[in-house]
Amino acid sequence: MRTTFIESLSQAASENPDIWLLCGDLGYSVLEPFAAKFPDRFINVGVAEQNMAGMAAGIALSGKTVFIYSIGNFPTLRCLEQLRNDVCYHGADVKVVAVGAGYAYGSQGYTHHALEDAGIMSMLPGIEVFVPCDPNEVRAATRLIASSGKPSYLRLSRQGEPALGSVVTDIRKPRILREGRDVVILASGPIASRALEAANALSVRGRDVGVVSVSCLKPLDEAAIRDAVRGASLVVTLEEHILRGGLFSMVAGAFAGDAQRPPVTGIGIPEQGGKTSSAGSREALLDAAGLSVEAIVARIEQSLAKR
Amino acid sequence: MTRPTLPANRPELKEFARRIRAHALRMVHAAKAAHIGGCLSMADILAVLYTQVLRLDPAEPQGPDRDRFVLSKGHATAIMYATLAECGFFPLAELDTYCRDGSILTGHVSHAVPGVEVSTGSLGHGLPIAIGMALAARSAGAGSRVFCLLSDGECDEGSNWEGILFAPHHKLDNLCVIVDFNKIQSFGSVAEVLNLDPFAEKWKAFGWHVEEIDGHDVAALERVLGAVPSQSGRPTVVIAHTVKGKGVSFMENKLEWHYRSPSDELLAQALAEVGA
Repeated sequence: MRTTFIESLSQAASENPDIWLLCGDLGYSVLEPFAAKFPDRFINVGVAEQNMAGMAAGIALSGKTVFIYSIGNFPTLRCLEQLRNDVCYHGADVKVVAVGAGYAYGSQGYTHHALEDAGIMSMLPGIEVFVPCDPNEVRAATRLIASSGKPSYLRLSRQGEPALGSVVTDIRKPRILREGRDVVILASGPIASRALEAANALSVRGRDVGVVSVSCLKPLDEAAIRDAVRGASLVVTLEEHILRGGLFSMVAGAFAGDAQRPPVTGIGIPEQGGKTSSAGSREALLDAAGLSVEAIVARIEQSLAKR
Repeated sequence: MTRPTLPANRPELKEFARRIRAHALRMVHAAKAAHIGGCLSMADILAVLYTQVLRLDPAEPQGPDRDRFVLSKGHATAIMYATLAECGFFPLAELDTYCRDGSILTGHVSHAVPGVEVSTGSLGHGLPIAIGMALAARSAGAGSRVFCLLSDGECDEGSNWEGILFAPHHKLDNLCVIVDFNKIQSFGSVAEVLNLDPFAEKWKAFGWHVEEIDGHDVAALERVLGAVPSQSGRPTVVIAHTVKGKGVSFMENKLEWHYRSPSDELLAQALAEVGA
């Protein structure tokens, strides 16, 4: 994902001389191609995210499009007030790019797990939020935000994520990864691959399960999501994020006022609370958090049993 | 744009400073607003900037090659709005709406107001924004400069020190920080709350060109601010030693005037003292 991002950004920057990239001393082995090609538009600002975010606003208010890049919580929570006041309140054309969504930095521990970021970013006024599930969506989202003129958040995983579907026609729309009508799993981010595995397992048992990637969390295309789940007897949301503020909250909130609405089962990462985090690969941590394919299948079966 | 293009009929410097002090006093009185002490301490700085230094055109406040002024101590709005109105960015009559329902003149500075570059109010935000503007201005090559006014108390904020470290490393000589060093912050004296001394030495150690002056000496202000960029490859900081509440005897060096609004009687006395 990181490589696809920087390739897409470099392409956009070669077409638009007003695109700048700032990083908070992270991006080794990722950002170098951009830095080499556009040395006048790349700054490693050092380990100083508040300065980076405020500076990005200042550059953007001078007519530029500014990407800022770092790991998970650093370009988001560390400088949250700069994003709220300096970027969003001014409508500054700043794109926050965080790498390491969810448990992508597995064994690095709690500080490097981005579990609340998408929800918190979504609460900021006027920002658009993208959580792509595969390199095709990263490419489409990067191209879109590079020319949207709006504050944006792009949540990336790390590397090696497989393509989960064919070409993306409109990154703002839900993207069908697997056809199926009775149960529809809405997934955001690379966890969508587990949704596909769960859907396959359920289909072996005779269930009719579709999987839809919701990459654009904000603005959420509520009408298109209603279309995607029309006729389903169960909607499941799956995200590598806490339930509060993420995909589940947004979908449930969108449906809340509908007279006819399907039940929505939210599957996400439990809040950590005071518990310490264990070492482990992303896969192991997801399993431990109740997001193994087997656990997802079991949750869906339980919800179906309640119908 | 090589010289200030403020209205030709703008008043001369000392008269300008007198007028904006009087406006600010009337505004905080009418609105029962706070922060008059920090408004009066920076009045002479604004007067010099807006009549002698900044290359601005009130008829084209978004002109791409303009100098930028970022007010980081965003609570000192009465004097800021008064300055902009006196310069012709918007009608003076608008000052009567300060902090009123529906007015654009909010208690912390708002970019909805013509001539205001950015909204601030949470301290420690202005300098990073100004640094971004200085980088963009240098890249554009039009020679525009960025001035950023900090309070002394706000120098407690870590975000400022991130910026203070960054600007000399990137040789931002088109950037000038002015610190309104009035020695009193929100809940006590700077020396007692969190001492900044040795202040000039800190900036020097970070690589800044440091000017330390009396912030009410308009000739000194004109000399150091007008010289920006003062040293090739170095940003400038002007540590302006000021008096909180300057010009009104009963407000000078009094913490309470960070909060209080003058009564009718005290307003009359204050206006008399500033010569309104």
